[in-house]
Amino acid sequence: MSVLDSKVPKGPLKDKWTDYKDHIDLVNPANKRNIDVIVVGTGLAGGSASATLAELGYNVKAFCYQDSPRRAHSIAAQGGINAAKNYQGDGDSTYRLFYDTVKGGDYRSREANVYRLAEVSANIIDQCVAQGVPFARDYGGLLDNRSFGGVLVSRTFYAKGQTGQQLLLGAYSAMNRQIARGKITMNNRHEMLDVVKVNGKARGIIARNLITGEIERHSAHAVVIASGGYGNVYFLSTNAMGSNTTAAWKIHKKGAFFANPCYTQIHPTCIPRSGDYQSKLTLMSESLRNDGRIWVPKNIEDVKAIREGSKKPTDLSEDERDYYLERRYPAFGNLVPRDVASRAAKERCDAGYGVNATGEAVYLDFASAITRYGKEQAKIQGITNASEAKIYELGQAIVEAKYGNLFQMYEKIVDQNPYKTPMMIYPAVHYTMGGIWVDYNLMTTIPGCYAIGEANFSDHGANRLGASALMQGLADGYFVLPYTIGDYLSDDIRTGKIATDTPEFDAAEKEVKERLEFFTTNKGEHSVDYYHKKLGKIMWDKCGMSRNAEGLKEAMTEIKALREDFWKNVSVPGGANEMNPELEKAGRVADFLELGELFAKDALTREESCGGHFREESVELDGEQEGEAKRNDTDFAFVSAWEYKGEPSDAVLHKEELEFNDIELKQRSYK
Amino acid sequence: MNLTLKIWRQKSPEKKGKMVDYKVTDISEHMSFLEMMDVLNEQLINSGEEPVAFDHDCREGICGMCSMYINGEAHGPDRGVTTCQLHMRMFKDGDTITIEPFRATAFPVLKDLVVDRSSFDRIQHAGGYISVNTSGNTQDANATPISKHDADEAMDAATCIGCGACVASCKNSSAMLFVGAKVSQYALLPQGQVEAVDRVKNMVAQMDLEGFGNCTNTGACEVECPKGISLENIARMNREFLSANLKG
Ligand SMILES: Cc1cc2nc3c(=O)[nH]c(=O)nc-3n(C[C@H](O)[C@H](O)[C@H](O)COP(=O)(O)OP(=O)(O)OC[C@H]3O[C@@H](n4cnc5c(N)ncnc54)[C@H](O)[C@@H]3O)c2cc1C
Ligand code: SF4
Ligand code: FES
Repeated sequence: MSVLDSKVPKGPLKDKWTDYKDHIDLVNPANKRNIDVIVVGTGLAGGSASATLAELGYNVKAFCYQDSPRRAHSIAAQGGINAAKNYQGDGDSTYRLFYDTVKGGDYRSREANVYRLAEVSANIIDQCVAQGVPFARDYGGLLDNRSFGGVLVSRTFYAKGQTGQQLLLGAYSAMNRQIARGKITMNNRHEMLDVVKVNGKARGIIARNLITGEIERHSAHAVVIASGGYGNVYFLSTNAMGSNTTAAWKIHKKGAFFANPCYTQIHPTCIPRSGDYQSKLTLMSESLRNDGRIWVPKNIEDVKAIREGSKKPTDLSEDERDYYLERRYPAFGNLVPRDVASRAAKERCDAGYGVNATGEAVYLDFASAITRYGKEQAKIQGITNASEAKIYELGQAIVEAKYGNLFQMYEKIVDQNPYKTPMMIYPAVHYTMGGIWVDYNLMTTIPGCYAIGEANFSDHGANRLGASALMQGLADGYFVLPYTIGDYLSDDIRTGKIATDTPEFDAAEKEVKERLEFFTTNKGEHSVDYYHKKLGKIMWDKCGMSRNAEGLKEAMTEIKALREDFWKNVSVPGGANEMNPELEKAGRVADFLELGELFAKDALTREESCGGHFREESVELDGEQEGEAKRNDTDFAFVSAWEYKGEPSDAVLHKEELEFNDIELKQRSYK
Repeated sequence: MNLTLKIWRQKSPEKKGKMVDYKVTDISEHMSFLEMMDVLNEQLINSGEEPVAFDHDCREGICGMCSMYINGEAHGPDRGVTTCQLHMRMFKDGDTITIEPFRATAFPVLKDLVVDRSSFDRIQHAGGYISVNTSGNTQDANATPISKHDADEAMDAATCIGCGACVASCKNSSAMLFVGAKVSQYALLPQGQVEAVDRVKNMVAQMDLEGFGNCTNTGACEVECPKGISLENIARMNREFLSANLKG
């Protein structure tokens, strides 16, 4: 048997979680007072977990690098959160949400975890409403839903374009109540720099106070990592500037296996890069693809003319345009899943059809939608013989009501009016499905160390459906971890406080301090960003939307060389005993430089195309699906869990075979 | 474009700070303000100087972390945007731009342009929540209908990002807009009613304790608020506060 034990309970899929909860060991309320839990991260996952664990009576020590838990990256989520409420009566159910999620993930996730996620999803909405989260409502006062890509029902709850913000503020308010009661000690502007193991168990962390630079020891009976995803390994992504892999990577180095690092979601609709100074990319919500049509010019001369400015996109007639998604995928058209839409945009741009100066942009055009809505409105309002201008005006009002804030955001950034000229978009790194390997309990391969939210690998397989990350973060934090952690902690009721003046803490602290000292004393010649940008370029060019063996091997060599150079030539101004943002960045980039290589290695090992991972060698060679991604269930229906062995290239692969008992494996087809 | 920047530099909370002049060249009008600051910092690092510390994270106007006072205005000259969303096309070649931290007694400077806004968190600890445990047995989300109007208004209040621009823009450093927004969100929802009396009293008491000033209705906060939080929220809080005190 493999060293990986997923601990999935026996029994029928739909009873597993209930039965499991019934038989789990509990900690009695009086004893919970004697137990400390560290939670690193206060996004949806960490925030909800901290609040719930504190409500249960544990002493929680929470950490985040921002100045308040309310600012975690989850705040930026726009579109919505899924839940199988079936309020619309359109046939939704726990099973359907489970099925959509497994299929959307291209059959690379663990059935039992996904089913549980679907099962608790409805509770999330109840809980959030009780907290005062102002979800959108219809005129009858009931909750409203919208639809997202890849599914046939309407199950997405939303709060304008700020769903993540409202859910996070809900979790934050629940935390505040516990902070006021003294059950959560909140450590803002603190960064975890290592985990401390005692007798093999996670018993604490080393953290740096980002205001004073002081290195602190914190102990607990269990450590929960909720530090988010690692999309910033690409330098440019839609993640917040500070999003990082440090906490996850540190536990990996101390024994937590890292699963499927190569599964990355590249979101098709983001504002294109405009220059080398660019610091991050901005997402334009997926909802825009409901009404926007994606195209590039059919003729390369028109592309040139547009780039030179001698033609405008609106000058091109319908038959001079290539609506390539509608052409290639007539059944789903512009609403194919994210991975498919992104690759198709890249294919056109690589062929030279990109419409801006960088050659990396396609059009997202609302003109047909505006006209369609305009005609509809003219009819509704009984306007006969409406002029084209009038129709446009009526249609624009509808589009504005639906997407006004997004259009405004686009205009602020790009300085072009998207009602008048098509938007330009290009795919950007958005989410990482890979992450720390966890069992059914969300425990990593280090006893007592848990990973939740985007930091773990658990529920999305090789591709995540829209509005499912928020659901997973809150499911983990509100409804799963608080149960499963009790089973582990029930052995700790007599342990007593974990001392921090021990050799284990001494050793971890020493290592952390030495690294900081290296950075502040090294007389190098390049800034941290110099390396981060170079790493990002390698990742994007060779581990991006499409990958091949040769490129991945090059990426491994190049990243290793870059890392070696970094450790010789990086320059970090300022000292370690003060607020020093450059020093923080240096540590994060150092970890990305290791993760990147493992990423490439993982992608090289997975010689199939699945979800966000597209291997050029694995495509359908003939038939209707010619040129499309080819999954290989015979050889690759497993989770790759990597064990750290020093250099990333030496990491050892452990396979968790995936079994599908309740779902039939099928080729995803969107033709 | 080429610009002169006058920036507040302060090594640490105890040290004295001062304005320092810098020059940046070849700034593209398409850059965001913070990308321009990145250019400056890269320049400083390459010449062996310490970069300017400033808070930022999401860079898309939602986390509330960025907080500069630019040419005498919180989040700079544009309306309805945070500093990270401000674009250099708002400036012209040859401009001199003054950049300071948000200033208020309750927001002490930590370093350069970074301030400590934990006073905002403490106000939230005092009552910015509804006391409901996570159980999985909470009543169904649709059990209590809420009129669309109230839900939308609660949402408008809830969009506050906790940036503190309202405080920085107010000559009295009052936090009424920020606190009013939170009190309003709950006041507009049935879930918030049970604890309404204590909430407003406790949050206002904490606000006073933190050293925020009084509101004299200048309305400067509303003008500079990047999220369009309206003064109506202050009025609502005042009503809530009065009625809470009448109820004793
Ligand atoms: C622009 C955008 C839009 C999105 N829209 C949607 C959407 O509509 N629907 C959806 O379902 N998903 C969406 N997502 C994805 C979703 O927002 C994230 O996957 C999710 O919020 C992650 O939550 P989290 O709690 O796991 O981590 P995060 O919210 O990333 O929180 C990480 C936390 O860890 C802390 N941290 C990190 N490292 C350390 C360290 N070393 N020490 C101490 N603290 C640390 C941070 O301070 C932070 O508190 C979107 C993502 C983006 C980028
Ligand atoms: S009310 Fe406006 S200015 Fe004040 S903290 Fe909230 S968003 Fe910022
Ligand atoms: S950096 Fe998040 S609001 Fe400006």
